[in-house]
Amino acid sequence: MTPILQVKDLRTRFKVRKRFVYAVNGVSFSVNPGETLGIVGESGCGKSVTMMSILQLLPPSAEIEGGEILFHGQNMLGMKTDQLRKIRGSKISMIFQDPMTSLNPVVNIGTQLSEPLIYHRKYSKSDALDYSADLLDMVGVTDSHDRLKDFPYQLSGGMRQRVMIAMALACQPELIIADEPTTALDVTIQAQIVDLIKQLKKEIGMVMVWITHDLGLIAGLADRILVMYAGYIVEEASVDEIYEDPRHPYTLALIKAVPSIKRDDSQRLYTIGGSPPDLAIRPDFCPFLPRCSYAQDICRKQNPALSTVPDSKHSNHRIACWIDIRNENSK
Amino acid sequence: MNYQVDNPLIQVNHLTKHFPVRLGAYGQQSATVHAVDDVSFKIEKGETLGLVGESGCGKSTTGLNLLQLYKPTQGSVIYLGEDLTKKKESDLRPIRKKLQIIFQDPYSTLNPRMTIGTAIVDPMIAHKTYSKKEACERMVKLLKDVGLSPDYANRYPHEFSGGQRQRICIARALALEPEFIVCDEPVSSLDVSVQAQIINLLKDLQEKYQLTYLFIAHDLGVVRYISDRVAVMYLGKLAELAPKDQIFNNPLHPYTEALLSAVPVPNPKEERKRKRIVLADDVPSSINPPSGCRFHPRCPIAFEPCSQIVPEWREVNSRQFVACHAFK
Repeated sequence: MTPILQVKDLRTRFKVRKRFVYAVNGVSFSVNPGETLGIVGESGCGKSVTMMSILQLLPPSAEIEGGEILFHGQNMLGMKTDQLRKIRGSKISMIFQDPMTSLNPVVNIGTQLSEPLIYHRKYSKSDALDYSADLLDMVGVTDSHDRLKDFPYQLSGGMRQRVMIAMALACQPELIIADEPTTALDVTIQAQIVDLIKQLKKEIGMVMVWITHDLGLIAGLADRILVMYAGYIVEEASVDEIYEDPRHPYTLALIKAVPSIKRDDSQRLYTIGGSPPDLAIRPDFCPFLPRCSYAQDICRKQNPALSTVPDSKHSNHRIACWIDIRNENSK
Repeated sequence: MNYQVDNPLIQVNHLTKHFPVRLGAYGQQSATVHAVDDVSFKIEKGETLGLVGESGCGKSTTGLNLLQLYKPTQGSVIYLGEDLTKKKESDLRPIRKKLQIIFQDPYSTLNPRMTIGTAIVDPMIAHKTYSKKEACERMVKLLKDVGLSPDYANRYPHEFSGGQRQRICIARALALEPEFIVCDEPVSSLDVSVQAQIINLLKDLQEKYQLTYLFIAHDLGVVRYISDRVAVMYLGKLAELAPKDQIFNNPLHPYTEALLSAVPVPNPKEERKRKRIVLADDVPSSINPPSGCRFHPRCPIAFEPCSQIVPEWREVNSRQFVACHAFK
């Protein structure tokens, strides 16, 4: 199975007041046909910057230091802007977190939806509008023809996110990157959007990368999960393995720290001491070391590389940790 | 459970808050936002009452009305036998010491030009509960209580992370030895790992100082963890109120049920098996709330009287209150 997208050793940094902030530090992963890849991590772990680096939608202060981003074998880094424009919105599209600010407030929905169709697919204006109405139907917006004339302020948050999804789907892209698309929404609206995405996944075989900090949400959506911490991937495994057999101390702690509506609540909530690290320093030790309860001498000496877990049932379970936490737990 | 039943610290009776607004391009139409409508409940001494609901349902407004930071349109708030809504501001001041609040956003609720030490000492000086020297000693103790080093007292808020700032806000709320604290989404802007620290801290402090909390949140997982009883609000009205085990294991109101089923569970196998109740449409506007039961346009079991008669708020099972026509 050839992956659609392959990211190899991606490194992105920001220049902030003559200092560098290292946001992404050598991240490698691939996205395969038919799957939904979840990227999980807390704020500042580099999950959004990784995705923005792929589409090169970074602010001017950012700089991609190195690495390769192969889309169907073609390196996207070093592409000219017009080459990139043929991919953005057409072959790879994005759903942003905040539907309130990612739509243009002075342009009606119809015009915004038909723009990529006219630009990439060379539709005529009236065909594009007709197709836009179909798209709105598909994402569950009622009275779609009337809605085309509406402006974003006339729609609720959930409706706007549906419009964003319709826009991302417009050119039938091969890959959709969703950056916390439901974080700004209420749970009942989130459930509507998640239902919609699942249904679209089944109907049109959508390939997705879903960025989130919500471990509950991603459990029901993803096939495979990457856990990020301080700009590194610390664990990669199938969704079942991540929750049943997490091998990195950070993943384990993160899962235990989530209060769930189904969990026994008599015990104290598990906490991870300390706070996320300062990204201005690229450490030569494990970045999770100061907060890790399993830390040993070797962790102070060298930053572990992401490598396959030897005794795992599946070959694609990878962690970046020196310690076998199962041995430690059984001691 | 470390609270006594039937020993209410605060009693809220028929609390209503309407906001007048002006609509239209020139503000020519006047309208009313029915933010909170006829809400009654008790908060027992020493308990944590969780208040959940979606954005715009009036949960924060309820909290602010309790503290008289908004003047309720109607209804009463009884604290120690006295109706706070009838009191003048000058009479309220000594009571305000005992009723504190922790806000959602620890970034905007700390004065950026005030050291955190001053922020904690200030209320004690203003209320004249301590001399300056005693207040400073107490500040050191409070910082230790919330897990911060007293050396930080001379630093400014921008030097702290979100979780640390929330600890400072908690220390400030504790400065006047309150009995009751409204926690208005205190962990929703924090990351999971930090959120767990703050929740545990709030629980520890409750035990240490016998505090009573009204814990407002939209995250039901957090609410289950911290609360003794849970109230569910929808569009300005209470839908259900019960001890937490009853709310989470045996919800009666169809809205509670839908809300619970919408919350994702961090377990992929369970998540695949679960049947979801997905509510259609959006929450209606509180300017023109639906007639009868406010939930009826989205309710999966709505029947005849629901669109006409407002369901009565009553005790169905022992200590389980619900407002729904389906339960007689």
